[in-house]
Amino acid sequence: MHRPGYGALMSEPLLQAVDLQCERDDRLLFRNLSFSILPGTITRVEGPNGSGKTTLLRILAGLNDAWSGELSWRGRPMQGQREDFLHNMLYLGHRPGIKSLLTPVENLHALMAGRQPVAEGVLRQALKGTGLAGFEDVPCRNLSAGQQRRVALARLLIANEPLWLLDEVFTAIDASGVAAIEALLQQRAAEGGAVVVTTHHNLQLPDLQSIVLGERAAL
Amino acid sequence: MNTGPGVGTFHAMKAVFTRDLKVAFRQRQDLLNPLLFFVIVVTLFPLGVSPEVSFLQEAGAGILWVAALLSVLLSLDHLFRHDFDDGTLEQLVLQPQPLFLLVLAKTLAHWVLTGLPLVLLTPVLGVMVHLNGNSIAVLCLTLLIGTPVLSLIGSIGAALTLGLRSAGVLLSLLIIPLYIPVLIFGTGSVAAATDGASVSAYLALMAAFLALAVTLAPFAATAALKISLSNG
Repeated sequence: MHRPGYGALMSEPLLQAVDLQCERDDRLLFRNLSFSILPGTITRVEGPNGSGKTTLLRILAGLNDAWSGELSWRGRPMQGQREDFLHNMLYLGHRPGIKSLLTPVENLHALMAGRQPVAEGVLRQALKGTGLAGFEDVPCRNLSAGQQRRVALARLLIANEPLWLLDEVFTAIDASGVAAIEALLQQRAAEGGAVVVTTHHNLQLPDLQSIVLGERAAL
Repeated sequence: MNTGPGVGTFHAMKAVFTRDLKVAFRQRQDLLNPLLFFVIVVTLFPLGVSPEVSFLQEAGAGILWVAALLSVLLSLDHLFRHDFDDGTLEQLVLQPQPLFLLVLAKTLAHWVLTGLPLVLLTPVLGVMVHLNGNSIAVLCLTLLIGTPVLSLIGSIGAALTLGLRSAGVLLSLLIIPLYIPVLIFGTGSVAAATDGASVSAYLALMAAFLALAVTLAPFAATAALKISLSNG
């Protein structure tokens, strides 16, 4: 565990899981799953379809309550730290959280409104950065699936939360977009942020940690 | 890194409220549905039962109240459904502000979009069913106090049935029993007004319903939302 004087603040785990176990529809998804998410790391959750990758991410985000074990946030049990955790965590689900009737700018504005005040210029810059220049004021239902996903991803260019939980973010994104996201994640880790991703895409990143789900769950 | 207090709760509630209004006004036909239903039900009664003035004066307030209740009930399924499907509900739950206040903001938006237009339309339909001026005023007042209660109680049912594929029937069965007291006192106060009796006791009771619903329903709806999301 954390030894005073030994580990600097940077090496204190943001998120720590001990003996996580989850059952779904009478099927054991994983058990005895323990891991730590340290600042400055990228962790990939691996496993075949139906192995519980999304479920694990939803448990970490606090969206799923059907689990047992221990979760701690910055060394303290998650239960008492919920508000601090929500302030410092960004979750992108496989449902992108985009309203199809609103434009990308309006969507981003609504998503950021609850987290940090952002000027519209910054939002437009972020959308430009995800390759949506010229589409900022088009209703999202007129955009392709990949473009809608990019609207959600534009949040990553503004977000300053230290922990990102990203579920299947590469879905419907083209090759150059994937490379850009990989670069972004790497830059994020270099800045001291922590990223947890689930993806079937073969990430080309050095120092990638992995959590393998499947028959035998282990770090 | 971000450890500051972030956005104020009131600001976040306002953002939720304005976003819901914006989305609704991009889809105006959905907005008109409950209103149209309300008008159609009320106009069908004189045609289907009796156009007699004496009948309409007696039954008018009840007809309007029942039509308003059903039209709110019909619109409830949309309260969280679209947000659940496109993932915005997850993002709402993960906002750092107290969730019950954000849910309250969403419910308030629902009332502004369904209940309030019904109240505004009531004087016209009241004249149509031959209610006198005083009765119409009392009817509007009871609907003004009563429809937010319908939205608030309904938010609990809508949140509970979110994970289900066909939630409509179950939602009605869950919610209708809780609507009955509001209906009884709503129509009761108009009957009292028509008889020339004092309505203040009725209105005070309805206001008590509203106070109870505002303070309790968002908590119940929040708990129900978390359960539905946990299974989704």
